[in-house]
Formats: sequence, structure tokens, C-alpha cells
Amino acid sequence: MTMDNQQAHLLKSDFPILNTAYKGRKVVYLDSGATSQKPQVVIDAINQYYRLENANIHRGIYRLSETATRIWSEAHEVVARLIGAKAEEVIFTRNTTEALNLLSYTLLPLLQGRTEIVAGAMEHHANLVPWQQMAKRHGLTLKIIPMLADFTLDMTAAQQLIGSKTAIVAIGHVSNALGTIHDVHKLFAWAKALGALTVLDAAQSAPHLNLDVGKIGADFAALSAHKMLGPTGLGFLYGRRDLLEQMQPWQFGGDMIAEVSYDDAKWNELPMKFEAGTPHIAGAAGIVAAIGYLKSVGLEAIGAWEKELLKYAIAELGDVPGIKLYSAGEQRSAGILSFTLATVHPHDLASLLSDDEICVRAGHHCAMPLMGRLGVSATARASFYLYNTFEDVDMLKVGLIKAVELFG
Amino acid sequence: MDDVLSRQMYQENILEHYKKPQNFGHLAKPTHLYHSHNPLCGDDLTIEIAVVDGKVSDVRFSGVGCAISVASASMLTDEIKGKSVEAVMQMTKDDVLELLQIPIGPVRLKCALLSLETVQKAVGGGE
Ligand SMILES: Cc1ncc(COP(=O)(O)O)c(C=O)c1O
Repeated sequence: MTMDNQQAHLLKSDFPILNTAYKGRKVVYLDSGATSQKPQVVIDAINQYYRLENANIHRGIYRLSETATRIWSEAHEVVARLIGAKAEEVIFTRNTTEALNLLSYTLLPLLQGRTEIVAGAMEHHANLVPWQQMAKRHGLTLKIIPMLADFTLDMTAAQQLIGSKTAIVAIGHVSNALGTIHDVHKLFAWAKALGALTVLDAAQSAPHLNLDVGKIGADFAALSAHKMLGPTGLGFLYGRRDLLEQMQPWQFGGDMIAEVSYDDAKWNELPMKFEAGTPHIAGAAGIVAAIGYLKSVGLEAIGAWEKELLKYAIAELGDVPGIKLYSAGEQRSAGILSFTLATVHPHDLASLLSDDEICVRAGHHCAMPLMGRLGVSATARASFYLYNTFEDVDMLKVGLIKAVELFG
Repeated sequence: MDDVLSRQMYQENILEHYKKPQNFGHLAKPTHLYHSHNPLCGDDLTIEIAVVDGKVSDVRFSGVGCAISVASASMLTDEIKGKSVEAVMQMTKDDVLELLQIPIGPVRLKCALLSLETVQKAVGGGE
């Protein structure tokens, strides 16, 4: 299966928000890296859940509760299948951030006295600050793999940084700020050869490519439903079963226990051990529909189409006066393009584009250390998904030129 | 502010102040200095002020910012020269908006007000 511009137009019509005009203009949505839009099937699934299926899960001995419980566990199976895991290895969280925080609060007993955590220069704050703070709490050292001038990670330096003291290698698969796809295969192979744990921040990759945690060598992986056509408020942590079994829960309450007395408690089985309290059940209904939709188009086709769009955007936007692109090129990037204009600040640009209902992100993209490394305070970023078309890029270009002209 | 186009923020005088800001740079001997950060966009702004006899005798600003924040810093620093510290501390959001004379939506208000916040932290917070 491959995608083309015509199919992208067809897919766009499945997304109500992209077909709703505001003052006569439809939204040109180029901010899927922040969150994706939702197709009608996902909205319907959530709607149906609340209209016809709503009940709390696990302990209700009646039809509705059984239905809700089935939706909840089926969602685990669907997400697990998507990333090549088993259902009990997938813990439902609020988002990627919570999944990574969970790890930073529970991995200590598994570190075997090793003292170093390695992350990349382009990490989202969600895959940086939890490790930085864990390091501070426990006297560990956080080491950063530097970035090269071509916006890729310095793999030579990485190989030297990963050593016998390395406890954890935590890497964002795809940089949300620049779009670079990192060679996590290689990084994780080096880490595992030396006995380190591997953590994949898959927030920006799972929505756009076929992810197989086993093949990649990820002991843990974190992702968010809302970036892959699903609802906000739901995320996933994959963990290898033998590792999850050795870890202690970090939140306590209902559902995560097997047995409680006033003095003690025993933990429930995986994944419930890490799923305390009433979860986002409607979200589970939504993500099942979202993954169904993604699979019907094909993740490979989606990723390839986004590269097409990126290639087109690099070629088209390249001649806008004063533009600077921060991209490793479409071969080594996902559908994300970060740029600055010589005369227009990203923030002003985003405001001006908004007049034409063009949505881009402007700022530090939750990667402030990276912005420092790039020598800018902010960039503008366009990020693509399956519903974006060549015309969206054309509209962006027109908007950029208008902004440059206004600023003179 | 829903019906206001962003375009209307970028009036000639705003762009003028952005491209050629007043009071941009450093003072040899500031008595007060404050560094602020706009968490929304990562921009930063430093204000240096020389207070003599309870009055702002000179002021400079430096840093990077969008047109709205730079124009606002440029105009505000002009405005506070010669003013007493007390008067500066009493300035409000509306004073800044009056200087700018443009419609500003809620999202960009932070950019417009960063300079006033920073000035007030500088003179209000001692050295
Ligand atoms: C690479 C990366 N990691 C983590 C996150 C955090 O995701 P969430 O806000 O859903 O927790 C994001 C979201 O922008 C991201 O792009």
C-alpha cells in the first residue's frame, strides 16, 4: 500500500475538525507533532462508550461493567499487538510523560549498582527531566549524547558514552523538535551488550511507523494515544515482563492490589499492578478505533507519505527569503520540519499564519537545551500526518512569504 | 479578541520599534538589573536601570524576543525615563497597551507585558 496526495485528501474528509470552516477558511493543520486530529470513527467510539457502554471496570457483576472491562482489556491487546508486545506488558498511563516518570521512580532496584544514565541531545523534556531528577535523587550521573552539525546524534560519541557503568539508555526515537529519526537499533544493541536497560520514547515514532519493541531492543517504551489519532489523557508504557515483575508499584489504591489488610497489601498481576484507580476507559474505546484506522491505511504507507511531504516542503520552502531549515533531510527524518526566518520571529510568524487558519508551533518545543545548542530561542515547526497534502504545504509557503513581506 | 486578525498587531510603528529598538544595549553602571524568561517561547529579556534620587535616570534592555515583546520593551523604556520608581511600580497592563496601541489577544499578552514585569521586578526587587 502506498499513499498519494489524492488519498490524503480523501483521508482528510474523515476528520471533522479539518472540514469545518471558520470564517470561510478550513484549518490547515500542521501541528500533529503536538497532537493529532481525530477521525470520526474515534469520536464515534468514545461517544458510543458513554452513550451505551459506560460503567466502571473489573468488579461489577453486571452486563455494562463486563462490557467496559472487555473494552479495557481488549485495548491492551490491540496496543500490545501494534508494538509487538504481550497484553500484560502494556501499562495504560495518562500519557508518555507519566509513563517515563513511572520508570524514573521505579527502576532504581534494577540498576545493579550502575551509576550512569545516557540520553540524547534532542530529548523532549519528558525524556530528560525525569532522568535528570532521578539522577539528582540517587547520586547518579546523566550523560548526554551530543548532536552533530547535520542534526543527527554523534554515534561515535554515543559508543564511547555507553559503558559498563551505564544503567539506562533512554532515547527519543524521533526528535519532536527536528524530526530526526535516531538509530535506536544500534544504540540499544550497544547498551544491551553491556547489560544496560533501554528505554524508548516512542511518542513521535509510534504514530508514524511500524514499531516492534522486541526488534528494536527496547526494554521499555512510552507512547501517547493523542498523537496517534486517539484521545488525550491516555498513554502507554511497554515493559518487558520479567522487568516489570521485579519493579514495585509507584501509585497505590484500587485495582492495583490483590489483597489488603490494615497492615499490608499484595499487588495485583500485570499490568494492573501499575494501573491504580479508575482509568480512562472511554480512551481505551477510542484508541482501539484509532489503531484500527491507522492499520487500515497502513503505518508504512503513512510514514512514507509524510516523508514525501517533508521532501516537498524542504524543496518548496527552501527558497523563502531568509529561511533556515533545521533538518537532517527526508531520508533521516520523520514528517517534521523546524525552521526560522531571518526577519520574522517564530512567534510572530505563528500569529500571522493563524490569521489564515494555518496551525504551526512556535517555541522551544519542550527541548530548551537543544534550542541552546542550535543558538536560537525558538523555531517554527510544521509537522505532518496522514491527512496533510501538498496543498497544505503550499498554503504554508504563501503564509511565510506574506509574513516576510509584512516585516519588510 | 476573536475577530481581531494578528496582522493588525503589526502596525508600522510596532515594526519600526522592533527593527530599531530604543534603549537597546547595556548601561555602564546600572543600579538595578533583572533578567526574565518567557516560558511560552523561550525568549529572554534583561532590563538595566540607573536610579538617581528615586527616579529612573537611564534604562537599557537586551535579549531576544518577538516583535511584540521587543516593541513593548522599546516603548516602555522610553516611557519610564524620568519617572519616579513609585510611578513605575504603579504602571499596569493598560498603560502598556496604551503605549502599543494595538489589539492583543490573550495568547500574546504575555509577550506584551514581559517588559513591564521585568522593569518592575528590577526596580522593585532592590539590586
Ligand atoms: C518526543 C516526545 N516525547 C514525549 C512527549 C510527551 O508526550 P505527552 O505530552 O503526551 O506526555 C512528546 C510530546 O510532545 C514528544 O514529542
